[in-house]
This record gives sequence, C-alpha cells and structure tokens, in this order.
Amino acid sequence: MDAIRESEQIPMKNSATVERTSDRELVVTRTVNGPRHLVFEAWTKPELFKQWWVPKSFPIVLLSCEMDVRTGGKYRLEMGCGDAKPMTFFGKYLEVTPPARIVWTNDEADEGGPITTVTFEEKTGKTLLVMHELYPSKEALDAAMTSGEKSCVGETFDQLEETLATLSASGAPS
Amino acid sequence: MVQYQKTQLNASFAALSDATRRGVLEQLGRADASITDLAEKFHMTLTGMKKHVGVLEQAGLVATEKVGRVRTCRLGPRRLEAETAWLEQYRKLWDARFDELDAVVEALKRKEAIDGRNQRK
Repeated sequence: MDAIRESEQIPMKNSATVERTSDRELVVTRTVNGPRHLVFEAWTKPELFKQWWVPKSFPIVLLSCEMDVRTGGKYRLEMGCGDAKPMTFFGKYLEVTPPARIVWTNDEADEGGPITTVTFEEKTGKTLLVMHELYPSKEALDAAMTSGEKSCVGETFDQLEETLATLSASGAPS
Repeated sequence: MVQYQKTQLNASFAALSDATRRGVLEQLGRADASITDLAEKFHMTLTGMKKHVGVLEQAGLVATEKVGRVRTCRLGPRRLEAETAWLEQYRKLWDARFDELDAVVEALKRKEAIDGRNQRK
C-alpha cells in the first residue's frame, strides 16, 4: 500500500479519549505512531516502560519498578511525589498475549480495584490502544472518580489547575 | 455557551482541588450526612467544614438543607460535572503518558530501521 507516503506524512498530534461506558467501566483510547510489536515492547520491557509511564512534565518520580510481564507474573511500582508518602501500585498479570493484549489487576485499593485490559491493534503502521478498566461495582468506580484515587497524579493536576487559575485570574471574571 | 461550560468546569476543578472536599464528595456518595458528622469524620472544626461545604455548594456539587437545627448535605445537581472534570483530568494523564510512549516507540522505530539496514549490508 502507500506505506512510504504514510511514513512521510508529518505525524499528527494524537489525542486520547476517555469515556465511562457503563456504571463499572472506563475506556481510554489513543493511537500511537508505530507498529504494535514496538508499542508492545515499550509496554512490557521495564527499562522502556520506565521512560514513559511517569511523564517528565509531572513532579513525580518513579522510585522503583518491578515487572514480570507474563501470565501470572506480578508488578510493583513505587512513585514519589514531593514530600508525600510514596505510593505503591501493584497487582498481577492475568493474561499476556504478545503483541496483542495484556490484562492485569490493580490490587493497591482497599476495596476491589479495577481489572485493566489493554489491546494493541495495528492500523497502517500505527497502533490503536484501547485500555478498558472494569471496576467490581458502580460504587467502586464512583468512589475512584470523586476521590483523588490516583492521588499522586490527582494532586499534580490540582497543582496544574491552581497554577492555571492563578495565571488566568487577572483576566477572568470571578 | 462553550465559555459558560468552561467557567462551570473551572468551578468544579477548583472545588475538587482539595483533598478534604474530594473526601466529602466520596462520603456523600455513600450516604447523606450532617455538617457535624462530616466535621467529625474529617477531624475538623465545624467552621472549617462549613467553609468546605460552602465551596462545594457554590459549585453545585453538594446541596444542603436545614431541618430543625441540623444541616444535612447530599450530592448536588452538578455531580455529573464533577465526573466530567475527573474524566478530563484522567484523559490529560493518559495523553501525557502516551505522548511519552510515542517518543519511546519513535526511538525504537529508528533503532529497528538502523538495525535492518545493517543486517542488509
């Protein structure tokens, strides 16, 4: 096909979408500019994963990252955020099917955390990522959405919002 | 209209920018509560909790009603907007993450191209 022309195009800025598709489900989609075997590699090799999971624009540090990416394997991530107590995220890979699908649990939450499924679908040299999070109950998802459950990250956005609010305060109607 | 929605969304963001206020919403998602209940729950003075509830009420996230001497709080009509604000925050997180992933994949693509050329030599 037009593979050459495709690769010569100026890459468009990809944008994620997030949708609550039911009482218990959230779906995040995003296209990444690369074939899925490479996207899958970047997701499953710890040394690569570490380079993108915590964006550089965030005041968060990935303190440790252990991942045994295979069906039945475990992961454990520790993130630091300012002076706050480090946050630990951990769980188990329920399914790892290279280079198409990864399913894992999120066990750090007291009450059941979601089960996350990410699928990698290749389209003309790019990869469509669909990340599906299934919560154990409507209440669990409602709680995650009103608390700062992803709190380190939540706080980061709060700081961002506060900064933006301060910056725009002069021009904005109160 | 768009500007109006944006202003409303900013009010929600501001109201949600505080951990206690997010906690109050979470609590009210489970059951209605009086200001006294909430103050106790969050180890605060009555005055402090009244201020937080005031901010949430102004953003439409919480509604209050005084019955006798007790002011009861429940989730307000703009609950949905809080959800929208949260989803937007969550989207921003994933977009930032995937931007970095794009960069990592770009580097892998270049490496693979170089390796491929070397193999052909």
